[in-house]
This record gives sequence, structure tokens and C-alpha cells, in this order.
Amino acid sequence: MILEFAWRNIWRNRRRTAIILTAVVIGVWSMIFLGALMRGIADQMVRNGIATLTGHIQVHQKGFQADPSIENRIREPGEIRHALGETLPEKSRWTARVRVPAVAANARHSAGITLVGIDPPVEKDLSFIGQAVRSGRYLEKDDPRGILVGEAFLHQFETRIGHRLVLMSQDTTGEVASRSFTIVGIFQGEMESTEKAFAFVTREAAREMLKMNGTASEFAILLPEESDAGPVAAGIRNRLSPDSYEVLTWQDMLPLVSAVLALYDQFIFLWYVVVFIAMGFGLVNTVLMAVYERMREFGLLKALGMRPLRIVGDVLLEAFFILAIGVLAGNALGILSTLALKTRGIDLSAFAAGSEFAGLGRVIYPTLELRDVLLANGVVFILGLVVSLYPALRAARFTPVEALART
Amino acid sequence: MNMVECRDVKKIYRQGKMEVQALRGVTLSIEKGAFMALAGPSGSGKTTLLNIIGGLDAADSGTVVVDGDTLAGMGQGELADMRLRKVGFVFQSYNLIPVLSARENVEFIMLLQGVSPRERRDRALSILEEVGLAGLHDRRPAELSGGQQQRVAVARAIVSGPSIVLADEPTANLDSRTGSDLLDMMKKMNEEKKVTFIFSTHDRMVMDYARRLVLIRDGQVDGDHPRE
Repeated sequence: MILEFAWRNIWRNRRRTAIILTAVVIGVWSMIFLGALMRGIADQMVRNGIATLTGHIQVHQKGFQADPSIENRIREPGEIRHALGETLPEKSRWTARVRVPAVAANARHSAGITLVGIDPPVEKDLSFIGQAVRSGRYLEKDDPRGILVGEAFLHQFETRIGHRLVLMSQDTTGEVASRSFTIVGIFQGEMESTEKAFAFVTREAAREMLKMNGTASEFAILLPEESDAGPVAAGIRNRLSPDSYEVLTWQDMLPLVSAVLALYDQFIFLWYVVVFIAMGFGLVNTVLMAVYERMREFGLLKALGMRPLRIVGDVLLEAFFILAIGVLAGNALGILSTLALKTRGIDLSAFAAGSEFAGLGRVIYPTLELRDVLLANGVVFILGLVVSLYPALRAARFTPVEALART
Repeated sequence: MNMVECRDVKKIYRQGKMEVQALRGVTLSIEKGAFMALAGPSGSGKTTLLNIIGGLDAADSGTVVVDGDTLAGMGQGELADMRLRKVGFVFQSYNLIPVLSARENVEFIMLLQGVSPRERRDRALSILEEVGLAGLHDRRPAELSGGQQQRVAVARAIVSGPSIVLADEPTANLDSRTGSDLLDMMKKMNEEKKVTFIFSTHDRMVMDYARRLVLIRDGQVDGDHPRE
């Protein structure tokens, strides 16, 4: 009967209840949807960072991170292969790459790029390049003259598939090495800067050109679980000499992304609080108005023998019903609108330059996380009931004589 | 033993710098099973005395004992419990809860007392039949006439089995015929259930029904007239 009493009370003034319900629904929807959007942005930053040749873990010769030159190449890759064989969990993938700064030139243009020598079949499942070729073909295992360049690079160099490109870089003897390659494929990256920054050849072609003799610049590792990066990196570190090698997780290699990620959790929480403050004022106001309208009735309830604490409970129960309806509808709306955009995403290509600056791709896909939904619901419910305490306590403090004297 | 004992009860209301002496030392004993009226002009202090006896308001000084409970020194929670167990109220403007039906209004006080849902329902329907509202129990207050609403209020006051019913101007909003019917009903309950009824009124008809008439004037007892 108490539940029914509270339920009927919230519908006494349907318009007022409808207004506050709308506010709660919009508030919860915006918490969930914009939270999912922020989470999607954060996830995409991580995914892009990891897929753009970073991987979850990398092993370098000591000093390579600060100076990624050919002098800091890995001279004994066998030691690393052995350490990886002992420490990596099942289903992990890894590859050894050549990565050196180079100059690319054709008849009309020249520009600085990063020359990446890859093992084509292995790389296919390890970084973005395996799925990024949009025209032409991917590199083959034995492809000594083939090169993949980005779409933006292609426009910049005013060239096309089948044309030649000369790459120059310092080799292991300190001399300038150069080699002519034929463009065999065009790749598209999540960011335009990626398309301009990297050119891919086979690892053997790069080694030959740079006289690297079986050595490599980096070992990149992709784990089945991103969260294992820390412990696995520690395991690899234990098996390698710290004087010779550096073992870095993606968080070490992408410090900006890590810092932004840490901030995002706080942003999301702050966003929830800001939305709640706006919603909370509406809620308090509505409940307070309802309480003052029914002041005489609260006086009667006290006269009949209802204890003040029970009056507090009754008013909170009414607030609970409003919050419950609003939260349920807000969740439904938030989850549905997130799911609707989950596959299509939000196209930001019109703001490509700005979104790239933030490390984002051209399309943002919202990511719904249970903890964000629970946090949004928790914030609305708990804080909603906390702020409703004020009108509830006011109702409990009316004295019967004063309240009943009200007309 | 008397149902109510008031000894030198004083009450002053303060509004800014103004003081109004509502009660100036009322001493009054009301016997169990009384059907009595506190009568007097507006502002004489009769409603204040009724509120103090019902534990809705506190006396500034003096002693009030209701059915063996001394009210002075009781906290809000204890007073609420005392009202719930021992006192029924009937107000001039009925004061029914608009979102509840007649039956639910009557049931509500039993809900506070912790009576089981089935017993609540049975007792509510029975008392509503007793006050002549059989068949109207599902109507909300807005769907009932003034007289019917006041009957629901009486049913609510009596259903919890109180020792005393305090009725503040119960007939003031009713026509004389309806008021008379209501008083007949309350008198019957007084006689059958031995519940003490105390009215605050300036309605001549209520005074005529009362078996004892206490006149209040300027916050003091100005006369005490048994009427049997």
C-alpha cells in the first residue's frame, strides 16, 4: 500500500512529473551516450596507436627509442627470439622489422619518410598495413622491388601504381644507400599523417639495401590480451640484459595516449557530475514543490501518528520512482542510440585535421562499457536520493498544528 | 481514573514581539466514555486545548495526562506513537488523503499500526458499513459528498481502536441534517464502543448532543455543565 501510495502521489501533477522525467531521461541518455562516445574516442586512440606499428610491446637495442637510427639496430636478434619463445603467452604474434629514417624521391618531389621493412605474411595479422591496402596489391614474401605507399603520399608525390620511387638512407657502413622501388600498392591509414609517414618494403629488401645482414630495428609483439602487456614485458625484460635492450609497452611508447586515457576516466566522471548537478536542481525543485503543495497532508500524517522518519522514507520512495522510471528510459535510449551508431560510427572526415591532431581516425565508434553505464546509473540514483533528502527532511519537519492550519 | 487530566495548562503564542495567551491555566478532568464539548467563541483557546490533549501541540506549563500517559517530556516519536495508539482525530475540513479511496484512507492508520493487509481490509470495510458507506469504499474523496467524507474521517478515527476521539468543529462544513446524522452516528459509537469523544465547537447542535459542556473563554474554563 505504501508503494501504491507513493506511485499515485507522483502522478498527482502529471505535467510536473513529465517535465522532471524528461530531464532525468535526457540526463541519463547524455551520460550514457556521450560517455560511450568518449570511451570510443579513447579506445580508438589506443587501437590506432597500437595498430600503427606500435603493437603491445616492442623490444629495441638500448637507445633506439631516443635515436631510432641504424646504429641502434638489434645486432643479435637471436637472443630476443629466444626470450620471446620463453615468455610470450599462446596466440601471441610477433615480428622483427627494419625501421629507419629515409628520403623518398621521384622526378618531381622528395620528402622524409620512415622506411619500414616487414615480413609480409606475418605483418598481415599484426599491424594495420595487412588490411590497409586499398588499390594495387600487398607485398609478397619475395618482393625485392615492391613498395607500398600511402594515399596521401601518392597525391603529394603526384605518382601512381607502377611508377618508380627512389629511397635513400644511411646503411650500416655509414654510407648513403639508395634503391629504386616500384609502387605496387596504395594503403589508407586511419590518419593522413600515417599515409605520409610510412613506406613499406619487404624486410629482406630493406636489409639488402642497408647491408643489415640479418639484423633488425625492432621486435613488435601483439598479445591476445592488451592488459597483459605490463607483466609480459616484465617477463621479457628479466630474460634480456638491461644494458643491451629496452623492452617497452605501448603505454611507454605512446605516453600522450596513456595520459589522455587516464584523464578520460576523470572526464567521464566529471561529465556525469555536471549533468547530474543540472538534473539534481530540477529534481530537488520538483520534489520540494510537491512537498510544499502537500504540507497539510504531511501534517495530517503526523497527526495520525506517522513518525518523521517514515515521512522521510515516503518522500524518498516517490523520488526513487521518478528516478527509476527516468533511469530505465534513459538507459534504453542511451543504449539504443549507442548501438545504432556502433557499426556506422560518426563520420568526422570534415574535421580530419582536427581529429588527427587528437590522434583520432576519420570515424568515431561509440563504445558502451558496463562500468560506465553502472557508474551513470549509480550517480543518478545515489546522488538523486541524496539531494531528495532535503525536501524529505523538510516534509518531516512540518509540525502538525502549523501544517494543518494551512489552507 | 479519568481519561484526560489537565492541571494549570498554559500556552502562549509569540508572533514577533506580540504575545497571545491562548491558555491561561486550564484545569480540567474528563472521564472515560465522555461525550463532551469544549465550546466558546473563536480565539477562546478551545482548539489549542484540543491540540494539546491530542499531543499535536505542547503546553508551556502545567500537566496533561491522557489515558495514563503524561505528555510533558515526551519526544516527537513518542507523541506520534501515543497518537497512533490512543487518539483519533476528526477535523473540520475532513483531511482525507486525496489519492486514496475511502477504504484505503481508513486502512492507512492500521498500516501505520502494523495490522496485516487482510485484517486491515476487513476492519475498514466493516467500519465503513457501520458509518453508512457500504458500497462507496472504492470512491476517492473527490467523489464523495462533504457528509460522506466526514463519515470516512470518523471511520478512520475510530478504526484504530483509540481511547479518545478529538473532533475539531466536525460539523462546521456540513448542513444541519448531515451534521445531525453524523452526531447521531458518533453518539452511537460512544455508547457502543465506550470511546471518549471530545468536541471543540461553537455549533449549538453539537452542544445539544454533548453530555457535558465546558465553556472556554479567554483561555480559561468559564463553566462546566453536565447535561444529562
